[in-house]
Amino acid sequence: MITLGWVYMLAGAAFAAFALLGLKDESNPKRFRNTAFWGLLALSMWAGDALGDFGNGLLVLALVAIAGLGGLGRGTKSEIAPEVRAAHAARLGNGLFLIALIIPATALLGTLVFKHLPALFDVKQVTLISLALGVLIALGVGYVVLRAAPMLPLEQGRRLMDQVGWAAILPQMLASLGAVFAMAGVGEAVGGIIQLGIPEGSLLGAVIAYGLGMALFTMVMGNAFAAFPVMIAAIGMPLLIQRYEGDPTIICAIGMLAGFCGTLMTPMAANFNLVPAALLELKDEYGVIRRQIGTALPLLAVNIALIYWLAFP
Amino acid sequence: MWVLLGIAVIVAGFMLRFNPLLVIMASVLTTGLAAGLDPVAIVSAFGKAFNDTRYVSIVWIVLPVIGLLEAFGLQERAKGVIGGLKGATVGRLLAGYLLLRQATAAMGLTSVAGHAQTVRPLVAPMAQAAAETQAGEISEAEREEIKAWSAATDNVGLFFGEDIFLAIGSILLIVGLLDQYGIHLQPFQLSVWAIPTAIAAFLIHGFRLWRLDRRMRAGPTASGGPTE
Repeated sequence: MITLGWVYMLAGAAFAAFALLGLKDESNPKRFRNTAFWGLLALSMWAGDALGDFGNGLLVLALVAIAGLGGLGRGTKSEIAPEVRAAHAARLGNGLFLIALIIPATALLGTLVFKHLPALFDVKQVTLISLALGVLIALGVGYVVLRAAPMLPLEQGRRLMDQVGWAAILPQMLASLGAVFAMAGVGEAVGGIIQLGIPEGSLLGAVIAYGLGMALFTMVMGNAFAAFPVMIAAIGMPLLIQRYEGDPTIICAIGMLAGFCGTLMTPMAANFNLVPAALLELKDEYGVIRRQIGTALPLLAVNIALIYWLAFP
Repeated sequence: MWVLLGIAVIVAGFMLRFNPLLVIMASVLTTGLAAGLDPVAIVSAFGKAFNDTRYVSIVWIVLPVIGLLEAFGLQERAKGVIGGLKGATVGRLLAGYLLLRQATAAMGLTSVAGHAQTVRPLVAPMAQAAAETQAGEISEAEREEIKAWSAATDNVGLFFGEDIFLAIGSILLIVGLLDQYGIHLQPFQLSVWAIPTAIAAFLIHGFRLWRLDRRMRAGPTASGGPTE
């Protein structure tokens, strides 16, 4: 039976390849750190279940130490000249988008079909298994149609991975933080305080507090990913999901998007809001944010209303 | 109540721009100690959670495919499509770009467009040219405003398109986090519930672009420049 274990083998192989190929990028002054980082991640994917809880904890500490003290680097090796890419693009046309479409199409189709094949697939994990399958099919089609050199996808993938850097494990770290929050009873503690501010028994009040809280925490931290575990522990879990028995899928999916509305309104999200202002040589550093507020505020209201209407039938 | 210190550490650490991974680790230690756990138990608990949520990080297996396609000109092709957008007015041009950005992000192609890739070299100049055709001439302040609109439109399109792709970091973060509370969600379901907001984002931002168009059509003298 095909399980998530197979996908971890594949992901481990990808990270191991990124680690080894990175060693050869002499344009990256920190290449050994990159290799250690991606190598540890490969180890986690391959052998995480054998390392034990404390072993995995040490592995995380090592990852954080590499990334947090000194950081990772990136090189310029393997960048492909724009003229070469443009010539390919002119020849291949929109077929490139079709190859890209293979991944989401396979993930969607596999999710719907593999569910009915419990003998072959772990039905609880069909989406991620289908995603991995989609990647393999897209690579296969890419090799055949584009006649790519054998190592080209991995080397280019390695280059992109180094551009992402340590941020690659940020979502996984924040998801794990939730476990510690849950164990320590953070949700109950914050819930107790917040419930003082919400009229007792008011579902609407709780939904508004959740939506506004996501946006505000995101504005303060500049990152909806970081705000999410906090707001789930504080309001999402104790009030919306447990007390009022709302649909967790809708509460979480749209709650995250309420956070994105906050991202549009904060200079703390510099990558999205300040960097483009500099890139476009705007005189007003906050010019981009000013144009976004008029979209973000009504959309935040829409998100709060959607949660209220859809998650609590 | 002391466990709340962990949240304070997260908020302060992100605000003060420390490396987020260090901030998370500091919050884990603070929360655990406040809850009366010893350091070994804290490290073990976090290690277990990290191992249980490994699937959150498997999204990166798509990078070799993206790298392959980009080596064969995916970004250049995207620029070609954007350059061919038929939008006689600045509002319609940007609305077309918004739709394109949402659609490609929903396919997982978040990096084929962006501020450096498409907004600066293509969208902003095209938008300014469209506004000039519309209004005859545009003031320096209006030029500034249209550039800002171009960047804002890119952000809106990206944020409210990408969550429709089920293997994006935010979706798997949700799955992984809720797993830690014993609730098992399907990535596919989560991505489906991103669609209503994506439509609302298009309608709201599109409406504002339509109003921008009306202001531009009124001409530079009538409006006296941007007022917002």
